[in-house]
Amino acid sequence: MTGAALQALLSHWWRNPLQLFTLLAGLALATALWSGVQAVNAEARASYDAAAATLGEAQYDRLVRRDGQPMAQGTYVQLRRAGWLVSPVVQGRLEEVRIVGIEPLTAPGGLAPVAPDEGAGIAAFLSGEGQFFANAETAAQLAGLNVIITPQAAPGTAVTDIGVAQRMLGKPGQIDSLIVLPDQPKGRADLTEIAPELSVQAAQEGSDIARLTDSLHLNLSAFGLLSFAVGIFIVHGAIGLAFEQRRPVVRTMRALGMPLRRLIFLMGIELMIFALIAGVIGVALGYVIAALLLPDVAATLHGLYGTNVSGTLQLRPVWWLSGLAIALGGTLIAASGALYQMTNMPLLAAAHPRALAMAAGRRAVILGVAAFVLLTIAAMMMVIANSLVGGFIMLAALLIGAALGLPLVLDRILLVASKTARSVTAQWFWADTRQQLPGLSLALMALLLAMSANVGVSTMVSSFRLTFTGFLDQRLASELYVRTENEAQAAALEAFAEPRTEIILPIQSAKALIAGQPSEVFGSRDHTTYRDNWVLLQQAPQAWDTTFAGQTVLINEQLSRRAGLGVGDEVVLQETPFAIAGVFGDYGNPIGQVVLGAEVFATLYPAVTPQRFGLRMDPAAVPDFVAALEDATGIPASQAVNQAEIKAISLAVFDRTFTVTSALNVLTLAVAGFAILMSLLTLASMRVPQLAPAWAMGMTRRQIGRLELLRAVMLALLTAVVALPLGLALAWALLAVVNVAAFGWKLPMYLFPLDYARMGLLALLAAALAALWPARRLARTPPADLLKVFSNER
Amino acid sequence: MLLTVQDIHKTYQTADGPFAVLRGIDLKLQAGETLALTGESGSGKSTLLHLIGGLDTPDQGQIALLDQDIAALDDNGRAALRRGTVGVVFQQFNLIPSLRVADNIAFQARLAGQHDPAWDAILADRMGLTPQLNKYPEQLSGGQQQRVAIARTLAPRPRLVLADEPTGNLDEATAATVLDLMLELVAETGAGLLMVTHSGNLAGRMSRSLHLRAGQVA
Repeated sequence: MTGAALQALLSHWWRNPLQLFTLLAGLALATALWSGVQAVNAEARASYDAAAATLGEAQYDRLVRRDGQPMAQGTYVQLRRAGWLVSPVVQGRLEEVRIVGIEPLTAPGGLAPVAPDEGAGIAAFLSGEGQFFANAETAAQLAGLNVIITPQAAPGTAVTDIGVAQRMLGKPGQIDSLIVLPDQPKGRADLTEIAPELSVQAAQEGSDIARLTDSLHLNLSAFGLLSFAVGIFIVHGAIGLAFEQRRPVVRTMRALGMPLRRLIFLMGIELMIFALIAGVIGVALGYVIAALLLPDVAATLHGLYGTNVSGTLQLRPVWWLSGLAIALGGTLIAASGALYQMTNMPLLAAAHPRALAMAAGRRAVILGVAAFVLLTIAAMMMVIANSLVGGFIMLAALLIGAALGLPLVLDRILLVASKTARSVTAQWFWADTRQQLPGLSLALMALLLAMSANVGVSTMVSSFRLTFTGFLDQRLASELYVRTENEAQAAALEAFAEPRTEIILPIQSAKALIAGQPSEVFGSRDHTTYRDNWVLLQQAPQAWDTTFAGQTVLINEQLSRRAGLGVGDEVVLQETPFAIAGVFGDYGNPIGQVVLGAEVFATLYPAVTPQRFGLRMDPAAVPDFVAALEDATGIPASQAVNQAEIKAISLAVFDRTFTVTSALNVLTLAVAGFAILMSLLTLASMRVPQLAPAWAMGMTRRQIGRLELLRAVMLALLTAVVALPLGLALAWALLAVVNVAAFGWKLPMYLFPLDYARMGLLALLAAALAALWPARRLARTPPADLLKVFSNER
Repeated sequence: MLLTVQDIHKTYQTADGPFAVLRGIDLKLQAGETLALTGESGSGKSTLLHLIGGLDTPDQGQIALLDQDIAALDDNGRAALRRGTVGVVFQQFNLIPSLRVADNIAFQARLAGQHDPAWDAILADRMGLTPQLNKYPEQLSGGQQQRVAIARTLAPRPRLVLADEPTGNLDEATAATVLDLMLELVAETGAGLLMVTHSGNLAGRMSRSLHLRAGQVA
């Protein structure tokens, strides 16, 4: 019995390969977009974990100097003698590679990929020549060195013996941090007695990097989920249509003695088999998408957060299993309604003549109510949401609510149009379009989601870019920026530049944990550069005067929002409290920032000496100055960057940051275009009986084909009209709620009408292209097929 | 006795209130016997056929097929009855459009676990369908499709064949040919035949006929 039933069920797909293709392609695309994004996220997270493990950040407490500067090797020796079980770490950059030096004899087990079974012995590791551990990608950048390749190594990081690292990094006798091993002996001397300049930094539950980049990954996941939702619309449409078309067959099978439960079970199995096939295809496609996106995401993360993410994708079991699971889950969601309808279908009800139109009225009411509820939730969340989760709930309610309400809105518009139509052809066209709406509504919902996401995200990105450009103009006011290698170079630069520039602005900073937030403290010299260019979002009277006088500080918006600090509140720096006199915008910076006067900074952080400088001068004099500086001090031109160059670099980083977003935007729109194509193709076969009477009454096939094309473009246009305000609402939500929660800054929203017009045209073009083939097929339907409609013996 | 129907009642709920379709029907049928059910539209012929075929359940009364009470069967039991013991020929043919003719003929017998390829071949030959075995239903004429439906019904060798206006969609000449074939084959298998028809001519070719009027035997 099962074999015969399965043959009958599967033969439907064999005879309707286009429908099968729609189902598999929709599900595969949905899975691909979702799993592609997840693969990128998984790879990035694995990279953070590897990086955290290398430095032991996640597992062990560490000792660091309070002022963030390296400590002397002697401090380490003193601590060991006093009974402290600590292990030294030194780190720094050698071009693009982070060099981490550890001492394997004292380092805790499980730290770093220094395992003898990797082909290296401790002796070789400790030898003067040095032996490095790195992944293949990093090893390629360390040509000429003895590198053991190990996939466990953090990307962009090479681990070596501390002595080798100190020598390579020019940090002889210096240690950046000391790892505190667990199980310290009791009765050891107090830290304040041996090294009062050190403080204990507690092990972090999650690495800093992971925490900082969570918001970016959440954004990517949300985009992946949106693409998946668009794909599921396609699958839902394909399954719904297939079930509707097979309704008479199911009745026949039941009438011939097939038990309903067995039938439903077999249909469920059939779908799960398809889901698995589509899932495998989707995961493979997802891998390709991830491989294409990963370099851009890695660049984004490096640009935004300075983190290293491996550019090579690994096939992780968790990832592809979850890809298959989401394909199965998505199919189940898409099919549940159709399967439920099937279980309740009476055996003897007459076969319905028109697929998909059945129960459209009742369904429209249910969808309308659901849309109203969701849009109400979205409106409420707009007022109360202040977290990332709240922001995404608002976005989901807004998008899904609008999508569900779309058929109702379109139906009303078409009703009005059909009432105002004068010619008989126009009346037929509007009435026929209205009748097609239930069959096309899922594809149009997908288009609405894709278009509004495009409008919303592009508005957000473009607003961000405009703000960021303005921000760069404010913040990068100096005409030249010079980096020095050491204190001697810094002194030479100051001496040379003093008589030749308007002012030298040292850029000096120290790391600090302020109100629980990782932050940087900057000491700035009093000058109009700051007063004239920096925009303060909140400020007390004479904020700059009191700050440069060392009485107050300024903090950035991120620190203000995350720590709940504002003007008048206090922050503590090196045990000294300072009142906050102002909050400044600081777009693109992931961590907190505090600005205080250069003099008080020098008092609080005496070990910090400025290594970078901003020089104010006549822009035209910059090239000559750089040349003269090299001649006079030996500071190479490569260490000097002019303002225009640094702005160009910053904008390039910004643009690359959003390459992934743009790519996902295009992919989502393409999926929506595909949804329209598939809906029209599958509906085309059912259109013949509807169009045959119009043909019989005198319309030409060409005319009918043209009207079919016009219908698709017109529906896409109406959808675009609805998508615009929805997209703007989405942009507002992203800028005012999600960005604030994710990055800590609020951006002004700008409108870009030309961009929207271009996007609308693109959507119309996509709809027209999607409709072209089905319309052409209909226009070329042989008269014999049209005549069959009127035959009694069909 | 092949079939015994006793005091069958069936009422449907309509927009105008309950409508009694069958009001105390009794009939008996022996193996090899053919019976025509006639009557005007709405007289309850098809409803009675559906109840006997286990496609629906009566509100009251008993239907015994080979001494088994159909009304007492659950959904699975009625499905099993439809698979093997009873065969139904519908006016609309109800073939599976995605299966070839040969697979359509074998379908019900395979469901019943009584597939006999040799018997399928005989049925196809007798029905004149051998050249069409690899075609799909949409490639056949109405008469050919109904012959496929009849062959499918007879393939599991049912004890009772129910036919609901089997020639209603066919022209007169085709209808006569199809009916001849059906009667011949039913007689050969020794099954009982209960046929709903509007046609007095067709009814005249049955062993006997029963006329229904307003849900009762006239």
